[in-house]
Amino acid sequence: MSNPTPPVGPGLPETQTLIPDTTTAPGKEKESKQGKQGKPASLWTDAWYDLRRRPMFIISVIIILVLLVMSFWPSLFSSIDPYNARTCDLSTARQGPSPGHLFGRDNLGCDVYARTIYGARNSIVIGVFTTLVTTLIGGLLGIIAGFRGGMVDTISSRVTEIFFAIPSILGALLIAATFRGRYNSILLVIIALSVLGWPMVYRIMRAAVITAKNQDFVVAARALGAGAGRIMFRHLLPNSLAPVIVVATINLGTFIAAEAALSFLGVGVQSPDISWGLMIADARNRFLEAPLPLVFPAVFLSITVLAFIMMGDAVRDALDPKLR
Amino acid sequence: MASGSERILEVRDLVKHFPLTQGIVFKKQIGAIKAVDGVSFDLNRGETLGIVGESGCGKSTLAKVLMALERPTSGSVVINGRDIAKAKGGELKRMRRNIQMVMQDPYTSLNPRMTVGDIIGEPYEIHTDVAPKGDRRKRVQDLLEVVGLNPDHINRYPHQFSGGQRQRIGIARGLALQPEIIVCDEPVSALDVSIQAQVINLLERLQNEFNLAYIFIAHDLSVVRHISDRVGVMYLGKFVELGKDAEIYDRPAHPYTQALLSAVPVPDPEGREQRERIILQGDPPSPANPPSGCRFRTRCWKAQEICAEEEPLLQIRPGTTHESACHFAETHDVVHVS
Repeated sequence: MSNPTPPVGPGLPETQTLIPDTTTAPGKEKESKQGKQGKPASLWTDAWYDLRRRPMFIISVIIILVLLVMSFWPSLFSSIDPYNARTCDLSTARQGPSPGHLFGRDNLGCDVYARTIYGARNSIVIGVFTTLVTTLIGGLLGIIAGFRGGMVDTISSRVTEIFFAIPSILGALLIAATFRGRYNSILLVIIALSVLGWPMVYRIMRAAVITAKNQDFVVAARALGAGAGRIMFRHLLPNSLAPVIVVATINLGTFIAAEAALSFLGVGVQSPDISWGLMIADARNRFLEAPLPLVFPAVFLSITVLAFIMMGDAVRDALDPKLR
Repeated sequence: MASGSERILEVRDLVKHFPLTQGIVFKKQIGAIKAVDGVSFDLNRGETLGIVGESGCGKSTLAKVLMALERPTSGSVVINGRDIAKAKGGELKRMRRNIQMVMQDPYTSLNPRMTVGDIIGEPYEIHTDVAPKGDRRKRVQDLLEVVGLNPDHINRYPHQFSGGQRQRIGIARGLALQPEIIVCDEPVSALDVSIQAQVINLLERLQNEFNLAYIFIAHDLSVVRHISDRVGVMYLGKFVELGKDAEIYDRPAHPYTQALLSAVPVPDPEGREQRERIILQGDPPSPANPPSGCRFRTRCWKAQEICAEEEPLLQIRPGTTHESACHFAETHDVVHVS
C-alpha cells in the first residue's frame, strides 16, 4: 500500500467527520482496503475480501476441507478398511494404542483410527445437510412470516408451535421408526431431524426480521418503489442473518449428537455402518476400562463443530461492516 | 427561490384514519385515530411548503400518505394530473420517480450493510430504465459530489460517516431519480444546530439547481421560516392556518399559531422581553375523539359557543390576507421582531 495520504481504514475514527463540507476538498484520499479504485464494492465482495484475511476463517476452512476430504476419500487417511470384518480381531478388544493402531482398538477389536476416519462421512453428511435444510426452511419461512405479518405470520407461527411442542428425540424416533427400511437410513435421519429442527431457526429469523423491518431504511426502500423480493433479500436478510448463522452452526453439533442418540435407540445409522455417534454410543458402556474408543470420535466431533462455529463467527463478523 | 406558478401537486380533502380494533380473531372496529382529517393544499414547481405543528398532529402521517406509503382513507394526492393515492403496481412505481423523501433519522434511514454506492445506486436498480447499467456508478459519484461528499467514498459504509454526512447521503438517494417534489420529514431535527444550517443550505442550493419543490415538515419554527415560501400550521390532523411565511410569522391570525410562535425561543435578550408568552392550558385532545366544531376550542382563550357547534373552515377571514380556520381570526403580531 503506497498511499500518498495515511490510509483511512474503516475502523479508524474519521478526521473529517466534524466538518462535512471539507470532504470534497482533498480529493486525494483513497480507500485503503479497495485494491483497485473504481471497482464497485458490495456487502458480499467486501465480506469475502475481509474473510480471506481472517486467520480464524482460514483455519476453520482448512479443518473443514480436511474433514470433507476425509469423508469422501477415507482411504487416503487409513490403510485399514473397517468395513472389512477381517480387520477386526476380537482377541485384541479394547487394546491400547500400538504401532499400526494408533488410537487403539474398540470392543470388537476393530481399529479405532480407521473407524473414526470412515465414520466422518455419515456424521458430517448428516450434520451438514440437516443444518442446511433446517436453515433454508426455517430461514425462508421466518423471513416471509416476519415481513408479511398478519395472517401469514399468525398461521405459520401456530404451525411452528405445533412442531415445537413435539419433543425432538421422541418425534425423530417416531418418524425414523415409521419409515424405517423404506429409505436409506442416513436420508431418514436427515429428514427426521430436519422436520423437528427448523422451528428454532424460523423463530430466530422471524424475530430478527421483525426488528429490522421497522427501521427507516426499509421505509426508504419502499418509497423508492422496491418490491417485496428486494426488500426481503437486499435489506432484511443481511440485517437479520447474524443470529441465524450463530444458531445454525451450533445446531450442526447438536444434529451430529442427535444422530448418535437415534443410533443408540435403534433407528438411524446401524452397525455395520459407522458413524461417530454410533462409535460413542458403543464405547460408553466400557468407558472406564477403555476410554480411547470414546475419546477419539468425541474429539473429532468437537473439532468439526468447533470448525463450523468458528467459520460461522467469522462470516457473521465479516457481514457486519462495523466489525471489520 | 425560484417559484414558477405551475402547479405540480394538488392535495384535496386528504383523510387518513387508523382503525382501532378489538378482538384477536374477529376484529371489531371500535373507533379510529383521525391522524389526518381533511387536508387540502397545492404545491407549485420550485416552491417550499413548510408544515409545522406539535408532536402527534399528523405531520408524519401526512408525509407517508403523500409518499403513497400509506393509503389514504379518502381524498386525493394528484401529482402532474394523476392521483398517486389510487395508483397501483407499475403506474405507482413510475409515479414514485416524481416524489421522493428525505427521512428524519440519518442513523436508521441508511441500511448499515450497504455501501454508499449501493444505497444511492438502489433507485437506479429499481428503476432500471433511468440510467444504463454502465452509467450508474458515474451517476452515483456525481450525486455524491452534488451533495458535498467525496465521490471516492463510494465504497464506504454508513457508519463511517457523521450524522450530517449521512443526511447528505439520504438527500443524494432522494435526488437520484430526479424528482420534482421532495418530502422532507424533519430532515434536520436529529442533527446538531451547526450541521442543521449546512443541511438546510444544501437543500436550498439543490432547490435552485434542480428547481425542486419541497414539502418541509418540522417542528422547529425558525428552520421552517428560513426555508419556506408558504407555511401550513397543523393541529390535530387539520390545517388551522395556511399562508406565505411572512403572513404566518408576522401576522398570524389563528390563536394556535399565535401560541406556537410565542413559544419560539428568541436568541436576543431584549427581544425576549418584548414578546408575549401565550401559555396554552392542557394537552392536545386525543385524535381518536376530537372535540366537536373547532378542534382547538378546548384550549383556546377566545372560544365561544359557536366554536363547539360549527367547524370553522380554512378560508380567508375579514381583516386577514391568508387562510385561517377560526371564527374569531384576527392578525396579531406575537413576536414583535422582524
